[in-house]
Amino acid sequence: MLIRFFELLRAAGVPVSITEFLALLEVLEKGTLPFSAATAEKGSVPFSVEAFYWLARTVLVKDERHYDRFDRVFAAHFKGVEQAFEAIVADIPAEWLRKHLEGTLSDEEKAKIAALGGWDKLMEELRKRLAEQKGAHHGGNKWIGTGGTSPFGAYGYNPEGIRIGQDGSRNRRAVKVWDRREFANLDDSVELGTRNIKLALRRLRRFARQGAADQLDLDGTIDSTARKAGLLDIHMVPERHNAVKVLLFLDVGGSMDEHVRACEELFSAARTEFKHLEYYYFHNFVYESVWKDNARRYSERTPTTEVLRTYPHDYKLIFVGDASMSPYEIVQAGGSIEHWNEEPGAAWMRRLLATWPHHVWLNPEPEERWEWTPSIRLTRELLEDRMFPLTLEGLDRAMRGLQ
Amino acid sequence: MSADGNRRFGGSDSYVATDELMLAVNAAVTLGRPLLIKGEPGTGKTQLAQEVARALERPLFEWHIKSTSKAQQGLYEYDAVSRLRDSQLGDQRVHDIANYIVPGMLWRAFDHEQQAVLLIDEIDKADIEFPNDLLRELDRMEFYVYETRQLVTARQRPIVIITSNNEKELPDAFLRRCFFHYIRFPDTATMERIVAVHFPGLKRQLLAEALGAFYRIREVPGLKKKPSTSELLDWIKLLLAEDIPPEALRSDDPKTTVPPLYGALLKNEQDVHLFEQLVFMHRRAGRPS
Repeated sequence: MLIRFFELLRAAGVPVSITEFLALLEVLEKGTLPFSAATAEKGSVPFSVEAFYWLARTVLVKDERHYDRFDRVFAAHFKGVEQAFEAIVADIPAEWLRKHLEGTLSDEEKAKIAALGGWDKLMEELRKRLAEQKGAHHGGNKWIGTGGTSPFGAYGYNPEGIRIGQDGSRNRRAVKVWDRREFANLDDSVELGTRNIKLALRRLRRFARQGAADQLDLDGTIDSTARKAGLLDIHMVPERHNAVKVLLFLDVGGSMDEHVRACEELFSAARTEFKHLEYYYFHNFVYESVWKDNARRYSERTPTTEVLRTYPHDYKLIFVGDASMSPYEIVQAGGSIEHWNEEPGAAWMRRLLATWPHHVWLNPEPEERWEWTPSIRLTRELLEDRMFPLTLEGLDRAMRGLQ
Repeated sequence: MSADGNRRFGGSDSYVATDELMLAVNAAVTLGRPLLIKGEPGTGKTQLAQEVARALERPLFEWHIKSTSKAQQGLYEYDAVSRLRDSQLGDQRVHDIANYIVPGMLWRAFDHEQQAVLLIDEIDKADIEFPNDLLRELDRMEFYVYETRQLVTARQRPIVIITSNNEKELPDAFLRRCFFHYIRFPDTATMERIVAVHFPGLKRQLLAEALGAFYRIREVPGLKKKPSTSELLDWIKLLLAEDIPPEALRSDDPKTTVPPLYGALLKNEQDVHLFEQLVFMHRRAGRPS
């Protein structure tokens, strides 16, 4: 059962290794599951699904971004299993419910309840309804009873007042911990912020000491002097700085307008992160000229050949664009929508890629749509698959690819 | 491990731990694995280690990481400068290099005769390679001192608690050796317990109003730094010191009043600015035309 669970986790993209899986088995094997004092005091079962869920999550998942995926797999895999642990539904603290209800009932109502067969029957009824409702609501993340639609309302009090699954009934709550998917928004393919982008870009940083050795290396001097038992040995080093150089090509206008925000964020993050950052704009695809200032894009253009000559091979080349256009704009001479191009875009692209062997393309379009746009497929082929989505996770992959 | 198999961490009178956190700590203690703790700033990550040490009656060694920290510093350092000075002064100690090996936190935790709690605080502040340099040390709980050719092995595997603020990603190989727990932001019920632990005599009404105002501020969209537990505690302390009546915190429309002393909750000027603007806009919108 657990091996299947392990495989499912891996299939869902939670990076679990065998070491971690074995660690989980080890904890389980110890028999006395490391329980919290609180649960023990409450005198509940020594082993519950809830505890197993938390334990498994602690041991197997190493990043809160993956909590959501874990929850989904857990819910799917262990659906129904909780019955095997018995204590869940059966142990809804009936006492608690009773006490709470008694407090809210008038004598008249109490008499009515007695007529219906007494507390136990009523509780049984409630439990049955709960079970039914659980089935019905399983797809969503809704609390049993909070919707106010519970048939229990027929008896004249609002289930909302009972608040099943909120305050008192911890067991009840536990069943649903993983169904709530509270970590849904921490999945890393969703949000982009400059700080996060910076962190992703930071992967590219290469600190290097270059140039003249003009700084006194104090630590090195002391260290080597001491090691030589007092014979002064001065060391000098060049200044340390981030040596990565980046050449950024940004697609502007047209279909890129809807991605402007993401691109701006990327751009502002990149500007502060790299000391050597050069950028050029293009529209849809690169041809014989590019430009640096969008306001003067028709008057001040830089020939692409000049760019090719200017920057040495150790620059990292990053394209940002949706690559969504007519395929003719890539493969056909004269295919550009703005001007007559003597050579097809693909030829220019090959030149760029040959000049800077470290290159990636960042695409703000969602990855699953790439398959269906011929121009994206063409571009990917040109780049030998080095196209990544413009999400944090994609950026991370791209930076790894550039290293 | 068996010696302390019966010792369990279950929160303490000054620290409220959720069930899942206790479970995570106890699992890590049982298997002798490091426990990696993440969560919003101010949710008590660092304090956890102190509380674990107190609850289990273990000595605590704290290793606070800075951007310049090296993994080696946690193991030991060779104090070359002292040795140089001693050699100039003709001290006899100079002939034994072991006199100049200064043990770091990890070594001291390893060497303690009792099982110790070791806190490695804010590991994400250090260089990206830092965690990788500690793999073997945390896995086997041993390391080698090259200067003296000595193998240091832990007498008892210390309980290692590592905190991170997510500024850098940690390498997979490192993560695989740790257990992991993300401290969620406490819900209202837990928050009430936390406040009760810190301010036992607090009036119920003031507490309810303060929590209400606090969660409303947290829900303001676009805040750069949402106030967290530690800010709430500071704020309540201030409210008590200034003797603010609970009525002052209440408002019919959640956004029309600025709670008093909000400087304790909002930590940067953009947030304060945003907040005041929202309040202003709502006031204007709420005014009968």
